[in-house]
Amino acid sequence: MPNVQLNLVGLSKNDYRGAPTTLCAGCGHNSISNQIIAAAYELNVVPEDVIKLSGIGCSSKSPAYFLNRSFGFNSLHGRMPSVATGAMFGDHRMRALAVSGDGDTTNIGMGQFKHIMRRNVPMVYIVENNGVYGLTKGQFSATAEKGLRLKYQGLNPFTPVDVVEEAMASGATFVARSFAGDANQVKALIKAALSHNGLAILDIISPCVTFNNEDDSRHSYGWGREHQEPLHDFTFVPREQEIQLGEFPEGTTKTVTMHDGATIVLKKLDREHDPTSRSAAMKLIEAARTEAVLLTGLIYVEPNLPSLTDVAELSATRPLNRMTEADLRPDKSMIEKANAMMF
Amino acid sequence: MATPQVQETQQTGTGKAVVNDFSMTVATKNGSGSQTSNLTLLRALFKMGIPVSGKNLFPSNIQGLPTWYTIRLSKKGYLARRAEHEIVVAMNEDTFVEDLASVAPGGAFYYGDHLKFEVNRTDISVYSFPAKKFAKESTAPATLRDYVANMAYVGVLAHMLDIDMSKIREALDYHFDGKEKPIAINMGVIEAAYEWAKTSLTKTDPFRVEPMDETQGFIMADGNTAGALGSIFGGVQFMAWYPITPASSLAEGVSQNIAKFRDKEGHDGKTYGIVQAEDELAAIGMAVGAGWSGLRSLTSTSGPGISLMTEFVGLAAYAEIPVVIWDIQRVGPSTGLPTRTSQGDIISTYFLGHGDTKHIMLLPGSASECFEFGWKSFDIAERMQTPVFVMSDLDLGMNTWMTKPFEYPNVPMDRGKILWEEDLEKLSDWQRYKDVDGDGIPYRTVPGNKHPRSAWFARGTGHNDNAKYSERSEDWEKNMARLKHKFETASSYMPKPEITGSGNKVGIISYGSTDAAILEARDYLAENGLETDYLRLRAVPFTSEVKDFIDKHERVYVVEMNRDGQMNMILRLEYPEHTMKLISLAKHDGMPLTANWVKEAVELQEK
Ligand SMILES: Cc1ncc(C[n+]2csc(CCOP(=O)(O)OP(=O)(O)O)c2C)c(N)n1
Ligand code: SF4
Repeated sequence: MPNVQLNLVGLSKNDYRGAPTTLCAGCGHNSISNQIIAAAYELNVVPEDVIKLSGIGCSSKSPAYFLNRSFGFNSLHGRMPSVATGAMFGDHRMRALAVSGDGDTTNIGMGQFKHIMRRNVPMVYIVENNGVYGLTKGQFSATAEKGLRLKYQGLNPFTPVDVVEEAMASGATFVARSFAGDANQVKALIKAALSHNGLAILDIISPCVTFNNEDDSRHSYGWGREHQEPLHDFTFVPREQEIQLGEFPEGTTKTVTMHDGATIVLKKLDREHDPTSRSAAMKLIEAARTEAVLLTGLIYVEPNLPSLTDVAELSATRPLNRMTEADLRPDKSMIEKANAMMF
Repeated sequence: MATPQVQETQQTGTGKAVVNDFSMTVATKNGSGSQTSNLTLLRALFKMGIPVSGKNLFPSNIQGLPTWYTIRLSKKGYLARRAEHEIVVAMNEDTFVEDLASVAPGGAFYYGDHLKFEVNRTDISVYSFPAKKFAKESTAPATLRDYVANMAYVGVLAHMLDIDMSKIREALDYHFDGKEKPIAINMGVIEAAYEWAKTSLTKTDPFRVEPMDETQGFIMADGNTAGALGSIFGGVQFMAWYPITPASSLAEGVSQNIAKFRDKEGHDGKTYGIVQAEDELAAIGMAVGAGWSGLRSLTSTSGPGISLMTEFVGLAAYAEIPVVIWDIQRVGPSTGLPTRTSQGDIISTYFLGHGDTKHIMLLPGSASECFEFGWKSFDIAERMQTPVFVMSDLDLGMNTWMTKPFEYPNVPMDRGKILWEEDLEKLSDWQRYKDVDGDGIPYRTVPGNKHPRSAWFARGTGHNDNAKYSERSEDWEKNMARLKHKFETASSYMPKPEITGSGNKVGIISYGSTDAAILEARDYLAENGLETDYLRLRAVPFTSEVKDFIDKHERVYVVEMNRDGQMNMILRLEYPEHTMKLISLAKHDGMPLTANWVKEAVELQEK
């Protein structure tokens, strides 16, 4: 047998791949797919325990390119959040991993995006943010910065939508931003997001090499590399491992216990950011905006709020979609009660 | 041309009583609490054994605009709306003049004495009564006085028509769920008004009620509550919805009642999820997501919501995801006439989506059938793996009907061709969209199935048998041909039409809430020498009985409530050889159909 490394659930990295990508070579979305594969492999996720969802766009094609053994739904432009909401009721013990684009999320899908956060649907929601519509060939999306000039579109005169600010305003319980070129950070954030019981928003700047990669564009590789400012070194400790807080000198670390018992240990670099503080997170985002820096890392997390499926009071042991007629149909005697309810 | 009923009322003055055969209408203001009074009257008459129907004509408004409630009593059991009212009760100054004019000649007019109008008709009986006095003198707290004031006309009518007071008490008992205090307050007002009428009014009109034995074995129900209960008995597992009149009460009926019927001992959690969505786009999206994940999934809306759902419905049909959608039709575009009834979404719903799509539509014709289709729609959706529409309307959905009791589902749940781990284990090959059985229906798996070969990828893009992305023309064509075949298979699985009469030259086809008007109209036509056969459609695609019926008749009138004869168009599309036989009789005034209109429309053609 060739020397294939297996993880704790007995799977090789290959078991987490999908179909070969049909996106442009060098597209940031592909790097993110790779990190999803790596994160799921390293976290010992069973692919059958994951549903993957997306809307429409180049980005939304990517669920076909990872986790072949997971159920997938490439739904409608901007409407993935509603599909995910309903789907989570089928077997709420599963995890959902969703991929969307900035066009998909902040234009046609802005309404559903805001509402899925209100409901705290337990899922990872990745916005692959390139500032343009890739699949329809390079129109401005709502996240394109004011003053951006594109070859065929001309000048963008409008203020951009900031995914992270929208997420904070809508009460998201996990908000992070990263850059597709920073593989390690992307992977660590995906791992953390997968352990969050609630909606985890990852706004990942993902350059479109074909339509928006001029060095002066904020969604380009060049700009990203130059302006990225990581919040902290970020290490993910799965719950199977012992957590050794002692390793981190007091005052320089912040430990966030995830709902499933996993812990994220944050090592602060040059900023004293407390990601459990909403007001600190809001200030930081505002400052980053005025200073025009790309703030990356875990910006905000509230690990203790009930998720949608907690609120729905579903059975802890049996998923809805395994229930049978005996569970679902009232007993025969109940028909009298129904008729008596009338007059 | 006058209807037989009106001829009967013209006998006023001859002294002959008109018993259990008239319409009475109460004119009030929206939000004034008259609904309790009207339902009390309706239910008391029903408990007296008299066939009755109640229709609420209400404005799109919460408080203040005119609203009318009509109760029809018919010893022959006719339940359709009639355009004529023999008794009118006026409680609203804004419509007083109109209400007075609307009383049929020989009829009776009651009005509250707070309305200072001149009553100038001599061809009717006129009674005024102190509408506010009894509430003021009652034990009702000041805040409730305005609401119980309407009980005055209940008391007055009880005396004048001979309504059994013990049945009124029964009706109140039901309405207030046995709560003694409100029952006593309301009953007090009714009794005071009754006593007052006894000593103060002299009856000069012929209308009276008498106990009968014609409501035994029936219940009073509205279609939306019936549909909600039917869905609960059908094992609904997920519902997402967005408020819209006249569909909201169906969704509310599910959420308010499901726990009562479904929480069983031994359950450690709920057996359902309910979400009030942010709009119809989200409601259907959630419902489709839940259907994909293996749940009996439901949404309810009306025309404007259906149009927003279009893209998802097309996707669900193509990705083959079961979901049930109730369309409680109203008069539309946009807000249209949101509180008036219609059968105007037939064509748009049948073809809803993009490219070549056709959908299954169930057509309930009574409240008890709303219950039946409540559960049956899930069986059909899961069997066919496709969206199923239940096409009700405002009249059926929101009005109170005398109907057969709900019947417990007579077949076990049909979950369709669904494969779990152990099933896949036995199969060497499984392809999501492969037609294995020759019926066009493939096998499906749902998320949560842990078999390594279970997963498939739902998408709107072209796909092959294996659910893999494909833009090949052959794959597309093959798939679309199979979907067409699946739709043909569906026709053999549909509820069959209800056919009455045989051997006549003239046939009538109708569907939904028009049923009552057709049944009555056929009697009038027969009295005038035209015997007809009648086929009530219960589903599209049509079963073979529909073609047989058209084959056997020289002329077939297709009666419906829209402008262009939408069902007639579908029938002509399906049976082009019969185009000349099919004659559309379509009405679209927002009001429930009357027998008189049907009778006259047929006679006009038959002349
Ligand atoms: C209802 C609807 N409107 C428009 C489209 C066309 N469309 C396809 S992809 C796309 C934009 C996708 O942009 P984005 O989400 O930013 O993803 P990217 O391709 O940039 O990754 C649009 C407008 C569609 N598929 N559906
Ligand atoms: S067009 Fe842009 S977004 Fe689409 S695949 Fe190519 S690089 Fe990626």
